[in-house]
Amino acid sequence: MKILAFAEQREGKFKKSAFEVTQAARRIADKLTAELITLVIGDNIEHILPELRMYGANRVLAAQDTRLQYYSTTAYAKIVAQVAQQEQAMLLFLPASQMGKDLAPRIAAKLSAGVAADSVALRVENGDLIATRPVYAGKAMIDVRITSPIKLFTLRPNVFTAVAGNGAAIAVEKVSIQLDDVDFAAKVTGVKLTEGRPDVTEASIIVSGGRGLKGPENFHLVEKLADVLGAAVGASRAVVDAGWRPHDEQVGQTGKTVSPTLYIACGISGAVQHLAGMSTSKYIVAINKDKDAPIFQVADYGVVADVFEILPTLTEELKKTLGK
Amino acid sequence: MNIVVCINHVPDTETKVKVGSDGKSIDQAGVNYMLNPYDEFAIEAALQLKEKHGGQTLVVSLGGDAHKETLRKALAMGIEKAVLLKDTSVRDSFSIAKALAEELRAISPDCILFGKQSIDYYDEQIPGLVAEFLGMPSVSVVVKLDVKDGTVMCEREIEGGHEIVETRLPAVISAQKGLNEPRYPSLKGIMAAKTKPIEERQPAIVPPFVEVIGMNKPPGKQPGKIVGTDKSAVPELIRLLHEEAKVI
Repeated sequence: MKILAFAEQREGKFKKSAFEVTQAARRIADKLTAELITLVIGDNIEHILPELRMYGANRVLAAQDTRLQYYSTTAYAKIVAQVAQQEQAMLLFLPASQMGKDLAPRIAAKLSAGVAADSVALRVENGDLIATRPVYAGKAMIDVRITSPIKLFTLRPNVFTAVAGNGAAIAVEKVSIQLDDVDFAAKVTGVKLTEGRPDVTEASIIVSGGRGLKGPENFHLVEKLADVLGAAVGASRAVVDAGWRPHDEQVGQTGKTVSPTLYIACGISGAVQHLAGMSTSKYIVAINKDKDAPIFQVADYGVVADVFEILPTLTEELKKTLGK
Repeated sequence: MNIVVCINHVPDTETKVKVGSDGKSIDQAGVNYMLNPYDEFAIEAALQLKEKHGGQTLVVSLGGDAHKETLRKALAMGIEKAVLLKDTSVRDSFSIAKALAEELRAISPDCILFGKQSIDYYDEQIPGLVAEFLGMPSVSVVVKLDVKDGTVMCEREIEGGHEIVETRLPAVISAQKGLNEPRYPSLKGIMAAKTKPIEERQPAIVPPFVEVIGMNKPPGKQPGKIVGTDKSAVPELIRLLHEEAKVI
């Protein structure tokens, strides 16, 4: 049997999820004594391919084309589906990133495959691959089995560990898939990146602010702490709805569900829908002056005090500790 | 322009989920349902497209009779017609999308709008599946949308920024929060929605590919320690993060 892992890159740089997906697929391939194929799509990607060997890839397929400089739903889906068919891959792994979540259904429709979306754990049971995935924004977890012959799994970023090993030799093969104009029916003409901080779904540390900050003008306290830690800035629904912060920072059931190693909640009470989006964080720190705030029920470390008292001190002390 | 919005009826965000007696789905006791929040942005986008370009608007939902409440909300916001694809069988995103695509193929819409995801199962699959079944381009997680002479200009959210995407109608668009400010139904709209008919049809449902074998509550976190109640707690907090949690 063959397993196909899709390693996401943007602008000639692998996403961390590329390594997570490759390594998770490697572990499953070893358990099922299957062959692992890693697929990379883009333009100018040759120089990055060897990085994948540190994460268990030994056969790498590269689909290169100048028209693939930017992501294209239809062209990328065509390449992945055709490679899967040519190789007769039965299990496909993609990241549950904005790219992977956009791609998976189109591939699934082409291959008549079921998708276990946003999986956070995988296990082999009686030869079947069972995926655990959050539903209701993490208020519950379901275990799913896919019954179609070809099976797709998207893996939530930041959950599967990617540890660089020594790696063995890899063989790189070029993939030639005929691409026509119709494959670029939806065309990315440019990318606007917000400079600076990482995105909440990719960050290993998130500093999040809520209504306790009292106004948008006080969010610099959250931003300063985030910058000392190299963290992303998150926000509660209340402050996004109030227009204090952009919606792409919102954490919770109608925002983003995140799993960082450290989540620092500042002036966030912890509504059910917020907790749903962040309670799978490895460590949670809560700073809130209300000792009865629900956020303390999930926090590993709590400080019952005003954010205006704690944040400046915490930022200064961390600067010293981290030598910044 | 022939505009269709596909919507879902979901447990509201304040729901405290309990696992039901079947061990595979949630306990329905005391659960309030509402229009899926992301679908409100799709409905608003449909109304704005109609206001600008003229045409018809239709809202479609697949589910049981309870979905009528949500369809009525869409009608109250200003959508003209509603169709309920009546089905309460066990299904997954693939089977729902297949049924929707079959239904939509017959009415050949110019634009099909969805919320970017349903906040119950979080699959985020249906818009892309429907688009592929219908052979249409799709743009997901859209925060900016402009249609001119059949050309669709979008911005979609990606990690740390936006992708600018151009396509042509007919197309499938999935709406993200921030696309617009959904209107509240007017009193007149609410009254009118009460008398608008909801057409019911029986969709053909293919068996699901994804089988739920169990549902569990996530491993509950135990409340940890309160490190302090003023800024003197800061050095200890840093020590714990550094030495105990080893996260900084």
